[in-house]
Amino acid sequence: MPLRVRSLSYAAGGKQILDQVSFELGGASRTVILGPNGAGKSVLLKLCHGLLRPAAGEVRWAGRAPDEARRRQGMVFQRPVLLRRSVAGNLLHALGVRGVPRARRNELVAAALRAAGLTDKARQSARTLSGGEQQRLAIARAWVLKPDVLLLDEPTANLDPEATRAIEDLILTFEAAGTRVIMTTHDIGQARRLANDVIFLNRGRLLEHSPAERFFAAPRDPAAARFIGGALLA
Amino acid sequence: MNDLSAAFALAARLVFGLDPELVEVVLLSFYVSVFAVALATAVGLPLGAAVGMFRFPGRRVVVVMLNALMGLPPVVVGLVVYMLLSRSGPLGELGLLFTPTAMIIAQFILVVPIVAALTRQTVADLHEEYDEHLRSLDAGRLDSIATLLWDGRFRLMTAVLAGFGRAIAEVGAVLIVGGNILHHTRVMTTTIALETSKGNLALALALGLVLIVLAAGVNATATLIGDVAHRRYA
Repeated sequence: MPLRVRSLSYAAGGKQILDQVSFELGGASRTVILGPNGAGKSVLLKLCHGLLRPAAGEVRWAGRAPDEARRRQGMVFQRPVLLRRSVAGNLLHALGVRGVPRARRNELVAAALRAAGLTDKARQSARTLSGGEQQRLAIARAWVLKPDVLLLDEPTANLDPEATRAIEDLILTFEAAGTRVIMTTHDIGQARRLANDVIFLNRGRLLEHSPAERFFAAPRDPAAARFIGGALLA
Repeated sequence: MNDLSAAFALAARLVFGLDPELVEVVLLSFYVSVFAVALATAVGLPLGAAVGMFRFPGRRVVVVMLNALMGLPPVVVGLVVYMLLSRSGPLGELGLLFTPTAMIIAQFILVVPIVAALTRQTVADLHEEYDEHLRSLDAGRLDSIATLLWDGRFRLMTAVLAGFGRAIAEVGAVLIVGGNILHHTRVMTTTIALETSKGNLALALALGLVLIVLAAGVNATATLIGDVAHRRYA
């Protein structure tokens, strides 16, 4: 699974969004990409997933290009893309696209629904779920394909504390079941609660990559220190 | 005033007495328009979906053309089909002029752009929304198109209904290529035109009532479909 990102740059509309980002991920099982809004976190995640093409640099998953590694990953977007189908229908669609045999689908769907706490809403239209439930469904839909890695983009943005807690519990459940998690957040509290290691991003630059304990106790980067201290980084 | 109320009374008797001449005309109208719309859907749906989904050179031109063709003047379509099918025309040997088949061809030409243009819009909107998710799933082209068509099913039904509404109420094209021949190519709209000019207001009015009920029915169904879709899939 090791992920190696080397000198990754990305620009759009004449604006540099990521600038020479390099890091390697090995053992840690929950990596949080932390930084203020507009730091380039989402773009970094999408580059790693191969949904965007870098202007320069490269991404390698155990030596393979993102396009070849994508089927081993599940991605959840900041605004979850839910199909105009039932809750169970969304899970079944993903399994169908990936060619999981019909006979196995119902059992996998049931397990994912149970984990996400959505069993009694299986037949409800996915788009009428609450914001937190929609996000849980999106995460469960990514997980139902048994990926090695879950890529989560701001999974709790705009959610209240209770819904946030439910999502964080779900992430921990899936991680405990053996799925590696790489997620972005601008929420320092969430990073503290979930991160094994932290990648700190500001204005498209990677400023620090440290184990979580060290990052929060003694950040090496001054901007990171100010961010942890509650300053608004411009 | 008396004439008018007498005409209404007679019209009501024709409708509720299922007058054979009236029934024959209504049935032929349905036969022609349902056939034309079915064919137009078979062509317009995949065409619209392809244009909505794939990028290719000249795509914008095709989109503009499809939208422009929605407003094709029926009499001009009638004229063109007439010239193609007339004895001296390129397809004259088929002997189709003044047959229901000729009317189906004319209505088909009128309805294809409607179905294709509305399908394209539906598919393009959904594609923009679903694109990243489908790519994240590594969905192939067929899976992607199937997903978009299925999730756009309510709007697509409305598109087909719009096409049917146009076909069944259209008079210019079918009059030219059908010829309004008794027991052969006489449909509701052409009969209304003829009987009115002959002063037979009762039959014209009876057919007019049927047409109005039909048009209202089509619209009501479309609205209903929209409501159901909105309630279930927000």
